[in-house]
Amino acid sequence: MTSPEQISAAPARPRTDAAPLLDVRGLGISFAGPDKRISVVRDVTFSVAPGECVGLVGESGCGKTVTGLALMGLLPVHGSRFEGQLLLDGEDLLTLSEAQWRKRRGRRLGMIFQEPMSALDPVFTIGEQIGETLRTHFRISRREARDRAIEALEAVGISEPVRRHDAYPHELSGGMRQRAMIAMAISCEPALLIADEPTTALDVTVQAQITDVLGELSARSGMAMLFISHDLGLVSQTCSRIVTMYAGEVVEMGETDDVLLKPRHPYTSGLLRSLPSFTQRKGRLPSIPGRVPRPGDFPETCRFQDRCAHSREGCLTRQHLLRVGEQRFSRCHRSEDLDLPGVLS
Amino acid sequence: MNMQLVRFLGWRAVQVLPVLAMATLAIFGLIQLVPGDPAATIAGEYATAENIEAIRRDLGLDRPLWEQYGTWLWNALQGDLSNSLLTGLPVLDEVARRLPPTLFIAVFALLISICIGVPLGILAATRADSALDRFVTSVASLGVAVPNFWLGMIFVSIFALGFGWFPTTGARPISEDFWGAVHHAALPAATLATAGIAEIARQLRSSLIEVLQSQYVRTLRAKGLSPARILWKHGLRNAALTLLTVIGLVFNHTLGATVATEAVFAIPGAGSMIVNAAINKDFPVLQGAVFVLVLIVISMNLIIDLLYTVLDPRVKKD
Ligand SMILES: Nc1ncnc2c1ncn2[C@@H]1O[C@H](COP(=O)(O)OP(=O)(O)OP(=O)(O)O)[C@@H](O)[C@H]1O
Ligand code: SF4
Ligand SMILES: [Mg+2]
Repeated sequence: MTSPEQISAAPARPRTDAAPLLDVRGLGISFAGPDKRISVVRDVTFSVAPGECVGLVGESGCGKTVTGLALMGLLPVHGSRFEGQLLLDGEDLLTLSEAQWRKRRGRRLGMIFQEPMSALDPVFTIGEQIGETLRTHFRISRREARDRAIEALEAVGISEPVRRHDAYPHELSGGMRQRAMIAMAISCEPALLIADEPTTALDVTVQAQITDVLGELSARSGMAMLFISHDLGLVSQTCSRIVTMYAGEVVEMGETDDVLLKPRHPYTSGLLRSLPSFTQRKGRLPSIPGRVPRPGDFPETCRFQDRCAHSREGCLTRQHLLRVGEQRFSRCHRSEDLDLPGVLS
Repeated sequence: MNMQLVRFLGWRAVQVLPVLAMATLAIFGLIQLVPGDPAATIAGEYATAENIEAIRRDLGLDRPLWEQYGTWLWNALQGDLSNSLLTGLPVLDEVARRLPPTLFIAVFALLISICIGVPLGILAATRADSALDRFVTSVASLGVAVPNFWLGMIFVSIFALGFGWFPTTGARPISEDFWGAVHHAALPAATLATAGIAEIARQLRSSLIEVLQSQYVRTLRAKGLSPARILWKHGLRNAALTLLTVIGLVFNHTLGATVATEAVFAIPGAGSMIVNAAINKDFPVLQGAVFVLVLIVISMNLIIDLLYTVLDPRVKKD
């Protein structure tokens, strides 16, 4: 057994074929708590290549949204503190001024959110809201903005885009609204789209449609995507690579097929085995016992230790992200010995 | 669209009738509790019982109460507000003479409330929890709590008696001397506006803070919009819905408070007319005044409702 290469102490980014578009190195986020600083995210390292679709998964409260908002510079200015680097095209976003951030938001980086109901301004038409994004970043006329907004609505598969352009959010169904949100986020052709649980609030049938739209857009325009979801099944349909987060840390990373077939972290394995679509077994799905610890209550051991069936004495120290193969990383020192069940085992 | 508007207005007009009837019926009932007899007042000190009885018959005061009220309401709905029991003059003329100074002060006070309350609310909201915000919020709570007549007397003693900038009492007719009317109305309007400023600033602040923390403002930030654009375009446009409601309420309160404030400033407006009519049990005058005031309040609310349908696309127009 070769000694796994430890990467998180001296963050080296995972190797990908192309130079990465987004390179997150040792990202740490803490908020001002009532009496002490509370670290919410620690040592988050992953990258997204141009045009690539990467899935960020984990249960509720693992820090996925916080990570996404940090990439957009949208966390509260007061009280938030950051560590590490957020490199977009080699430029560290964490060093940007607010004015510089604004030039990139909506332009280089787009984000869509979970709740299409409340994420659009209720008193403006969706066309106006898309056109506004365009006119913020490009010097174009209202007429031109209108044309491009209609194009964007068409691109996300909204029928009758001209009529829908002048519709108010409340006049559209949930799925339509989420499409409008996507149209708004992609209108300026960002290099990276962060989609935070884009389908969670929607009906199952609509979920698949939205996922397809996102996949198509990414494939057609070469836009990279960070697809945030608690649903590993959904993510595996769209993304070529998967990053698993647990309790504010990245615990596993790898190509989708590798991760599904042979997870290298007990947490990912647990997530996979709780998926109805992948388990052949009948009856109750084996869900991971216990709950994600709250920020502030993170143990000094392996953070998954109290829920892990494979826990040993060696697990009682802090775990680092280890390289366990070509493009594979795991935050479990036992990952070499364990033969964890994936979706087919 | 126009057909819809007509139907909307028609429906509102139908809704207004019961409100008018209830308000005037309440006044009619209350006035029966006031001691005294208008007929005796008119007849004078040396009148005989027969004299008074004759006058009562003349005025219709001998008829059953429901009949007196019914006749009055029937005529009022046809635009005839009857005559004063005491002077015999048409109530409508009296109201037309006394209402303008009252309305002028109320509208003046409303404008002051908006012009000061709105900027204060915005300032407090954009600097939420700053020293300025806390100052505005606490002064606003004070402004809502302070009694109007007391504030009026303070204003008079400082700005009229102390500095001599404004007249202490009286009013000028707007049609003859507009700036004179403004000068005379300034202190009473300022007095009345205090509560309005406070109410508008408070409500706008909390509404704006709520909007600025909403999900869609996060979306706007994710689009790269500047904070100024988010505040002035989206923040105010959304908070304007609350503001509209508050302005309607403030107008109603202000109009009510004007009636009392007139006493402090000795303004010959609707207030003193109502007080005199109540003392003399001159019910046609009292009901006429209330009738017109209620109509004004209802019209104001109707305007607000109409503006609402313009400002908020979610309000169905039928
Ligand atoms: N501004 C903040 N101040 C303090 N704590 C915060 C703040 N924002 C988020 N948190 C905490 O950070 C933790 C991670 O939250 P986050 O929303 O990123 O989880 P998530 O993985 O997106 O979960 P979900 O599936 O519920 O969306 C939560 O415990 C949350 O309470
Ligand atoms: S380090 Fe130990 S406790 Fe943590 S995931 Fe691996 S086996 Fe489980
Ligand atoms: Mg989330």
